[in-house]
Amino acid sequence: MRLTCPHCGERDAREFTYLGSAKLLDRPAGDTGAEAFHEYLHIRENPAGPNAELWQHVMGCSAWLHVVRDTRTHVVESVSLASGVAR
Amino acid sequence: MRYSAWQILKNGLTGQKGWKPVWRSPAPRPEYDVIIIGGGGHGLATAYYLAKNHGITNVAVLEKGYLGGGNVGRNTTIVRANYHIDGNTEFYSHALKLWEGMEQDFNYNAMMSQRGVINLAHSDGQMDFYARRGNAIRMQGDDAELLGREEVRAAYPYLDHDNARFPIYGGLLQRRGGTARHDAVAWGYARGADLRGVDLIQNCEVTGFQIDNGRVKGVETTRGTIRAGKIGMAVAGRSSQVGQMAGLRLPIESHVLQAFVTEGLKPILPGVVTFGMGHFYISQSDKGGLVFGGDLDFYNSYAARGNLPMLEHVCEAGMALMPMIGKARMLRSWGGIMDMSMDGSPIIDKTPVDGLFFNGGWCYGGFKATPASGWCFAHLIATGTPSPHATKLLMNRFETGHVLDEEGTGAQPNRH
Repeated sequence: MRLTCPHCGERDAREFTYLGSAKLLDRPAGDTGAEAFHEYLHIRENPAGPNAELWQHVMGCSAWLHVVRDTRTHVVESVSLASGVAR
Repeated sequence: MRYSAWQILKNGLTGQKGWKPVWRSPAPRPEYDVIIIGGGGHGLATAYYLAKNHGITNVAVLEKGYLGGGNVGRNTTIVRANYHIDGNTEFYSHALKLWEGMEQDFNYNAMMSQRGVINLAHSDGQMDFYARRGNAIRMQGDDAELLGREEVRAAYPYLDHDNARFPIYGGLLQRRGGTARHDAVAWGYARGADLRGVDLIQNCEVTGFQIDNGRVKGVETTRGTIRAGKIGMAVAGRSSQVGQMAGLRLPIESHVLQAFVTEGLKPILPGVVTFGMGHFYISQSDKGGLVFGGDLDFYNSYAARGNLPMLEHVCEAGMALMPMIGKARMLRSWGGIMDMSMDGSPIIDKTPVDGLFFNGGWCYGGFKATPASGWCFAHLIATGTPSPHATKLLMNRFETGHVLDEEGTGAQPNRH
């Protein structure tokens, strides 16, 4: 599996670490209540198909990346900087 | 037919003509008292204990492929009860007791072999931790022995005891742990359930639920509509997909875990060994192949196959522990789809839909849990209350904060 880092180009998956679902970008405000944080922290769509997720290029430029990858085939559909993803 | 030495002798003398198919292949009826979705180890064990412990025999097990074709056929066959927090210890303790009597109970040879499971320690701190874990296991009533360097060396001479980075200080041994023939466990439960009247229906995929006013009425399948007042899901790996059809929102991610087997070798490993300085565990099958595995690939996956970097990582850990395996040729590798829960522990509970029950989130621990999972899930479905062996494996523990996090890694499924 290879990911194309927007800064560094196409690199081996071993250069990256995986955090999890890209929903982690949408952190609820501090006063939203326990239910919203439970939803944010624990509940996952877990799709069999395209999954939006967060990877970090730790062995490269250290950037956090927003990756859409098909969980059935491991085919990477898109990679962009997490900082540029509209929330 | 009851299997016995006499039957083997008789059939041996009569050209093996007396053996019959082990279970029926019935067409689905329109209605049952209970439907179990998933004909793997856990679903079949649930059907078996529903019939045996609770007298509920009007049951169908619906399997989208063939019986035992999922994760019960994709594991490293290890059985142990060496957990250390409340909620898990009593559950796995019950599982180990069931493993010990299983073959006599369902009259099928599951090749249960209590050859021992040893966790190796490579530092003073790790020895202290294993002393504590061993005490927790003994408090639960199971066996644990802390072995020193020389005892481990005598039992496992082929390990790299004097490795410069990871010398072996000792280990925590559970003699009652071991391995079992994974397929035979599924087959034994399938046969036992079938003999008691349960319909095992293969090639029957659930495609939707019938839910009326928050109460489950039945399922839509590729073989028609089947009604039942109580439905149990035992589809770990696919829990999110099946759950989604019933509107469940689950604290689960699906990840791939790989395992590997070498060519057959002469006996070198008497029991199951786990490396303490990397995620690596190994045992030797009865055919002689070394069966080993390591960590998840770390990313969500339904592919049932992994990537090569994890193979390299697992083999590096294996070489650090047991350099001789570098000479063995690897025959096969496989990947299983793990239901990774947010705290690394399973869920056996009711759902917000009346009559729909959930069994999943087994992470790495599904195989060893098989008998207790079926036992406790059957209890929950039959009585509506959790089994005394599984009072803490609840769906809402993430909201209430009563998580069962053995590894202490938090809500990070790929780290458990």
